[in-house]
Amino acid sequence: MASVTLRNVQKTYPGGFLAIKGIDFAVGDGQFCVLVGPSGCGKSTLLRMVAGLETITGGEIDIGGRIVNQIEPAERDIAMVFQNYALYPHMSVYNNMAYGLRNRRMAEPEIKTRVEEAARILELGAMLTRKPGQLSGGQRQRVAMGRAIVRQPKVFLFDEPLSNLDAKLRIAMRVEIRKLQRRLKTTSIYVTHDQLEAMTLADILVVMNGGQVEQIGNPLDIYQKPATTFVASFIGAPPMNLLPIKPDELTSQLAGNLPVEAGILGVRPEDLVVSSEATSGIAFDLTVEAIERVGAETYIYGTRQRGAQSIAANPGETPPGEVIVRIPGAVAPDIGEKIRAVASREKLHLFSADGRQRIGP
Amino acid sequence: MVEHRRFGNWLPHLILLTGVAIVAFPVYLAVIASTHDNAVIANGQMPLYPGTHGLETYWNTIVAGTGKTTRQPVGGMMLNSLIMALGIAAGKIAISIISAYAIVFFAFPFRMTAFWTIFITLMLPVEVRIFPTYKITSDLHMLDSYAGLILPLIASATATLLFRQFFMTVPKELVEASKIDGAGPIRFFFDTLLPLSVTNIAALFVILFIYGWNQYLWPLLITTRDDMQTIVIGIKKIIDVHDALTEWQVAMATAVLAMLPPVAVVVLMQRLFVKGLIETEK
Repeated sequence: MASVTLRNVQKTYPGGFLAIKGIDFAVGDGQFCVLVGPSGCGKSTLLRMVAGLETITGGEIDIGGRIVNQIEPAERDIAMVFQNYALYPHMSVYNNMAYGLRNRRMAEPEIKTRVEEAARILELGAMLTRKPGQLSGGQRQRVAMGRAIVRQPKVFLFDEPLSNLDAKLRIAMRVEIRKLQRRLKTTSIYVTHDQLEAMTLADILVVMNGGQVEQIGNPLDIYQKPATTFVASFIGAPPMNLLPIKPDELTSQLAGNLPVEAGILGVRPEDLVVSSEATSGIAFDLTVEAIERVGAETYIYGTRQRGAQSIAANPGETPPGEVIVRIPGAVAPDIGEKIRAVASREKLHLFSADGRQRIGP
Repeated sequence: MVEHRRFGNWLPHLILLTGVAIVAFPVYLAVIASTHDNAVIANGQMPLYPGTHGLETYWNTIVAGTGKTTRQPVGGMMLNSLIMALGIAAGKIAISIISAYAIVFFAFPFRMTAFWTIFITLMLPVEVRIFPTYKITSDLHMLDSYAGLILPLIASATATLLFRQFFMTVPKELVEASKIDGAGPIRFFFDTLLPLSVTNIAALFVILFIYGWNQYLWPLLITTRDDMQTIVIGIKKIIDVHDALTEWQVAMATAVLAMLPPVAVVVLMQRLFVKGLIETEK
């Protein structure tokens, strides 16, 4: 059991490319931290730096009170689960799990106890003598988990472990990983590009973009109060509607005590309601362009009608694009129909014009 | 797959069977000749069915030698050939797998230079470098020895290249998982890489064993003692006799015997051989 602390961690590749631009965060003992971000944001690199598979070119990483910058992966007391599982193809499931323990010269009876315990937890008991090639994707995934568990490390590192599974299995394994981590209470760092995995697994969510941290916090806090437009659009599916607005529109319609400057207005699809009544917030007049029914709810993709809306798009500017409305049930307007979507004031998000800063509410 | 052929399947089969006959007939002839008396062969009217002197000829060839000439029994030659072929195959595999390991998995200065240096030795087979190689072997007093037969032939650019290509398909996560599991470079090599390479090693072994077995020029050059001869040289010596009739039945028997070990290796290792050359899933 240990906490992991990153202090101004940087990574510069030999070519001079700065992949990680100074990252600070701390994962407390037993916490589940998820690094999320788009491809190429540096999240995997950062995880590999914690594992010791990439050198650290600036700052320091602290695992359980020990600076590990110069310590080899095997000595860091971490275990890692890889995206492609990286099981030893020629070894049985048992040997795959036992290998790391044997290399540490653990006594064979102790190895047996630990492997069998892990196999019991992961329901792999019947498969201990099989080779990875004879297992399904989900079973291989569990063996990879087992290999991490038997080590009883201070920290689990997961590098997109569910990406190679089909959608249904992914959800099942996601729940299993969460339960397992709760039970073992091992500090974990988990990398994913899937915001749903990130939301459901994390105690602490770290949203990364371009080698930097965009926001750190509790997943729900991040969802409810995204710090930047990047976080607003990345976390949540379908993404938050982001619309550029002019200062005078703000003052006339919404401002109240908000700072008066040009900015970007955000509103989540589920906070919009199809209604003809006036509200204290904002209303969009939309022409329905597309409908997506997913059963329990329906997504309406509409375009705003210029001039007929509460807050006009700036003529000549980048078109504000679509507005997505998420309504419960399967009853939806027809395509081409004109609807009015409204959201109350407290549901609105306001960002600075460059999207780097949240200015309200 | 639906295929409609005008001639059905018999035309392709006819072509294939003709090919097989062309390849197999000389071999058949050698086997038949080794069972006849020398007089029958020498009069130019050898029948195409087996004769009655088979066992006698093979006994004379393998064990007894021939009294009239100084010919050695072929049994000893086969042993020499076997030691040489095994030595060359094992040596080539051992050296090339280690060099490929270094080139693929370790970052060291001039790594690519090392690779290309190995690569260009493809242009330097024994025949090209025969004088310097002979001089060195001779200076090291390795003439007429197994070491002299084997050592100059055990570097292999082809095998290094093959292992390199295979190693590059090994996922890097496997290397990293090993590192995290506390396996150093030597452990990783023996515990993971070597077991994964078994089929490749087997395929290479087949090719290299035959290469070693069929060596002619080099053994001819550095062996002078009769008891160090290899069987491939033996065939030539049996045919070239002075002041006597060539013992054709013995020459044919020797040729058949020279063919057997490579055939045995191919047949026994066929499955691994094919697997090693086509397998891509790791």
